[in-house]
Amino acid sequence: MKHTIKELEDIASQIRRDIVRMVHGCQSGHPGASLGCTDFFTALYFEVMNHKTDFTMEGAGEDLFFLSNGHISPVWYSTLAHAGYFDKSELATFRKLDSRLQGHPTTHEHLPGIRVASGSLGQGLSVAIGAALAKKLNGDKSIIFALLGDGELQEGQNWEAAMFAPFNKVDHLIASVDYNGQQIDGPTSKVLALDDLQAKFEAFGWHVINTDGNDMQSIVEGLHYAKTLTGKGKPILNLMSTQMGAGVDYMMGTHKWHGTAPNDEQLAAALAQLPETLGDY
Amino acid sequence: MKKYTYTEKKDTRSGFGAGLHEAGKKNENVVALCADLVGSLKMDAFIKDFPERFTQVGIAEANMIGIAAGMTIGGKIPFTGTFANFSTGRVYDQIRQSVAYSNKNVKICASHAGLTLGEDGATHQILEDIGLMKMLPGMVVINPCDYNQTKAATMAIAEYEGPVYLRFGRPVIPVFTDPDQKFEIGKAWMVNEGTDVTIIATGHMVWKAIEAGEKLAELGIDAEIINIHTIKPLDDEAILKSVKKTGCVVTCEEHNKFGGLGESVARLLTTELPTPQEFVATNDTFGESGTPDQLMAKYGLDAVNIVEAVQKVIGRKK
Repeated sequence: MKHTIKELEDIASQIRRDIVRMVHGCQSGHPGASLGCTDFFTALYFEVMNHKTDFTMEGAGEDLFFLSNGHISPVWYSTLAHAGYFDKSELATFRKLDSRLQGHPTTHEHLPGIRVASGSLGQGLSVAIGAALAKKLNGDKSIIFALLGDGELQEGQNWEAAMFAPFNKVDHLIASVDYNGQQIDGPTSKVLALDDLQAKFEAFGWHVINTDGNDMQSIVEGLHYAKTLTGKGKPILNLMSTQMGAGVDYMMGTHKWHGTAPNDEQLAAALAQLPETLGDY
Repeated sequence: MKKYTYTEKKDTRSGFGAGLHEAGKKNENVVALCADLVGSLKMDAFIKDFPERFTQVGIAEANMIGIAAGMTIGGKIPFTGTFANFSTGRVYDQIRQSVAYSNKNVKICASHAGLTLGEDGATHQILEDIGLMKMLPGMVVINPCDYNQTKAATMAIAEYEGPVYLRFGRPVIPVFTDPDQKFEIGKAWMVNEGTDVTIIATGHMVWKAIEAGEKLAELGIDAEIINIHTIKPLDDEAILKSVKKTGCVVTCEEHNKFGGLGESVARLLTTELPTPQEFVATNDTFGESGTPDQLMAKYGLDAVNIVEAVQKVIGRKK
């Protein structure tokens, strides 16, 4: 372990503070699933992935991460900043004119850490598979990580990719699903039920593991375990249960905060629950 | 009228296949992907020599575009292959976000474009793809005119860094360009110098324009014929220089007149040098089943249609 669980939790607390402040600062953006995935991002960038903050597009010899559900950009931006990809002061520009921190992540403004645009849903798993194939051709045994939203799995392209990866033995790929059960119009169970995702991915040929995405111990151990499963002929799917809005009590357990910004009082109430551990931007 | 002859007819898709094979030999980073149309795209030679650099994705074009975008991150130069309809309309958003907006070095190679796909009918005969692709910021759009030019274009785009749409077709047509030509992206080819009218043609319509030029010569009309193989970026300079001399223009393409080469030329001329223009193109319509020759005749894409358009546009000159 590079960090103790407590240290990782402290980093996550700061990232959660950043998320609500960023979304409040521009009065737009997606706090719900950003907060829900904060522990995952913290574990990935501060514990699990082999990566360099001296960014190159190719990332030769490094593990790479692809975010398919690009709307949770606040958590990624804050994570990248605290990991050292760029100065955290830039977080204040989120969603504002002339910023590298666009509403949805993009390579267009050359923000270090981003390798493809995402936002229009359902495309990230395919891109991650392509990056994995290129690594294989290059003799680079590094791991490709991807994160997908659960509602996003309603997009058909995911299932094209889900069919492709096991058949082609793309086995240095660890895709995680943010299984929070919520989407814009309500619970996924009401909008278009995902039902037994484990059985579905296993039927496609994936090795599926389950983690609690809001328990740092569970997510760190789960991702380390997933790494031991790479190179064995199957892609790995981490079915990660999370709570949308995790860490801010009034944002939890509802889809209401998918894409809504807190007002001043709500911001204060959120920050009171999230200790400042690394210094606000 | 300069004399153009040919000794054989070949399909432009075979030019793509040959060019891909050559590009693969020259650069080990060239990779190819196909969505269950290897034979139609003439990818066999590449696959035979570089099996590990070929990815069969099955009938899943969206996934193919995404995988291609991802492969560029590892320094690969992916050439995706399927029919033009499935290369563009079906995957527009994947191209827009994962390729164009992300500025990925993907070569979208599209066969069976236009009416000359023939008997399969309108579901497969896309006449809107040039418009779709040229609207994407940063996308290069190329529609070569014969086997040799397609082969040269395929090799040239492998050397170019950035997203490219390469459009070619199914039928065998005369091979009349230089087999050793150097293909320069964005550079028009002067097919015939003339003084009375500028005929600007792309793709399969270039040979039709040459046939039209011969008929026009018999009628005493001296046509300048320009091959625009690169629709974007457009060779503004070549077009303006010619039109300044001739004072009228006819554009020819196997594509809807809405959104095609003709509109690109009209945009240029209306801002730089307002000039009478006629369009030889399909007119806001879908195609239908038939032989390529029957369809080109029915939808007004033959040499005779170019001749008529020239006569009309010359009559509009002040």
